[in-house]
Amino acid sequence: MNVSAAAASANDVGRGAATMSSGQTVVSARGLSLVFDTNDGPVNALADIDLDVGKGEFVSFIGPSGCGKTTFLRVIADLEKPTAGTISVNGMTPQQAREKRAYGYVFQAAGLFPWRTIERNVTLPLEIMGYSRAERAERLHRTLELVNLTGFEKKFPWQLSGGMQQRASIARALAFDADLLLMDEPFGALDEIVRDHLNSQLLELWARTTKTICFVTHSIPEAVYLSTKIVVMSPRPGRVTDVIQSTLPKERPLDIRETPEFLEIAHRVRDGLRAGHSYED
Amino acid sequence: MRHLAWQSVLALVLCLAGAAMLPLADAVSALPFTVGQTAAVELLLLASVFVSVSGINPLGGAIFLFLAVHIAAFTLVGGIAGNEGGARLSFFLLLAAAWLLAWRLNVLISGLKAGSRGARNFQRLIVPTLFGVWILILWEGITRGAGVPFVLLPPPTSIAVRFANSLPILGADLVQTVFKAVVAGYVIGCGAGFIVAILADRVPFLRKGMLPIGNVVSALPIIGIAPIMVMWFGFDWPSKAAVVVVMTFFPMLVNTVAGLAASGHMERDLMRTYASNYWQTLFKLRLPAAAPFIFNALKINSTLALIGAIVAEFFGTPIVGMGFRISTEVGRMNIDMVWAEIAVAAIAGSIFYGVVALVERAVTFWHPSVRGG
Ligand SMILES: Nc1ncnc2c1ncn2[C@@H]1O[C@H](COP(=O)(O)OP(=O)(O)OP(=O)(O)O)[C@@H](O)[C@H]1O
Ligand SMILES: [Mg+2]
Repeated sequence: MNVSAAAASANDVGRGAATMSSGQTVVSARGLSLVFDTNDGPVNALADIDLDVGKGEFVSFIGPSGCGKTTFLRVIADLEKPTAGTISVNGMTPQQAREKRAYGYVFQAAGLFPWRTIERNVTLPLEIMGYSRAERAERLHRTLELVNLTGFEKKFPWQLSGGMQQRASIARALAFDADLLLMDEPFGALDEIVRDHLNSQLLELWARTTKTICFVTHSIPEAVYLSTKIVVMSPRPGRVTDVIQSTLPKERPLDIRETPEFLEIAHRVRDGLRAGHSYED
Repeated sequence: MRHLAWQSVLALVLCLAGAAMLPLADAVSALPFTVGQTAAVELLLLASVFVSVSGINPLGGAIFLFLAVHIAAFTLVGGIAGNEGGARLSFFLLLAAAWLLAWRLNVLISGLKAGSRGARNFQRLIVPTLFGVWILILWEGITRGAGVPFVLLPPPTSIAVRFANSLPILGADLVQTVFKAVVAGYVIGCGAGFIVAILADRVPFLRKGMLPIGNVVSALPIIGIAPIMVMWFGFDWPSKAAVVVVMTFFPMLVNTVAGLAASGHMERDLMRTYASNYWQTLFKLRLPAAAPFIFNALKINSTLALIGAIVAEFFGTPIVGMGFRISTEVGRMNIDMVWAEIAVAAIAGSIFYGVVALVERAVTFWHPSVRGG
């Protein structure tokens, strides 16, 4: 019972945040559920999710493995269909939003095409969306600079390190003008130092643009460091157990992670994760 | 530091044993080996043994070994011509010694440190070439030395002579079988298999009905339909091309369909997030991902097409074509002509396969199996 209360309060906070930023809601889910029909019977991947993501927010999804983080992102992206409830993206159905190319999606693995150079991987969405040659070149230049990959245009993905490939896949999602960025554990496979670096670059990018970011992670510090809002989830069935509004300032140097304020938020996230687990037993 | 290679030691033993059992051959018709020739062979081989174990100047040693071993081998093989069946044990012992020394030579060449890129390429080429040449030398020496009946296995020199004397006929057969039947059948069969695979990909009904049949048919000995194709399309090359079409169609279909399913879920989801349409996804993701499968079919089919066209000609043709020539010359006991046709088929098949493989390397350069090695 306290769960739905938390979800309800989460909604209030979410709406509050939305009003705080610019009043627009980018993603809005109401009573969203998704049941996978598998050979071993139905799997409740998402159960009764109520959530709002306001324009310009940086929302992290955190929770144990299998709690439905990826599934929720895929529902937003119209890669899965919910079995109950409603969801809107930019005020449209996910399918309309997808067809309008409303979002960029960064998958857990880089997923670059090995037969294309980095340059042609990054411009792949631009080719499909019919951008002119000049515009493609201009955007390629800009996004590669953003992820620090200038000079690697002519390399093939398999000639780059895992971290560089992941950055190339982020560049690919940034190449076209989607206001919404869906990122599924983009830095999961990277070492701590590269991860720190990419985290601050991502924050910088977010601050410079007006993008809304939904970010899945397993790391509490990463979630707290990046987010304006942290959504804590718990598994079987996947539910939202807590929504934490960050009180950290928008300007965040890396050493903000040692401040008491930061640690307090991290503590609350950890509590939320624990509560989710005990509920399961 | 010098070490004794077993090839050299064994070659020395064979040389000495061969010397103990001279002469090399009994006279059958022509003059067998003169004393000078026999002594030259023995001396060259013994010197080669010495050079190969002494380890002096690797490059110079290899060059000496190359010259000495091959002069000895050609003296042996050349001298036995005209005395077919007359060779004695000594002849075979010395031939074996020469072969072992050539083996040793190949080991030495592989061990040389090539400085320039050209030298490295030369090194890579010479080893398999020597290997092939020695198969021919042994074939020649054994068939002539032991007097193997001509209809069982003619020596390579007879085949080569027949080959050189029959160039116009061989050329006409090549044009008829390869440039007409094989090329037409291969292009039509592979093209049709590819197009039907894409249709089957779009139309689920076709996929469900066609694929199981395709899998079964591609395992059948389709060559059996050749007489029927002759009834349908006449005696000339179109009926052979039709056999090739049927033979190459199903491997292409099955492989392309498998290849179209080879792209990952994540990559396809990625294309979906771009709202990419069917054809964009096909050309930018699924066909490139299917390329290794498609080239696999192209390579299999290059072999199948040649076999199909040649064998189909056994069932009735105009008086030209590689299959026609093989079946008629075998009836006339002209086995050297049969072998000459086989040589043409081998050369044409290798070039065909090689070209497809080269294009494959260029197109699927990104695939781990290509970029790894
Ligand atoms: N296509 C599918 N078919 C059946 N079940 C699925 C499918 N995709 C996900 N699931 C199930 O749904 C649940 C949620 O999966 P999901 O991938 O969303 O978890 P996650 O939170 O992203 O986990 P992780 O942190 O390990 O990536 C899991 O129990 C999973 O087994
Ligand atoms: Mg996941």
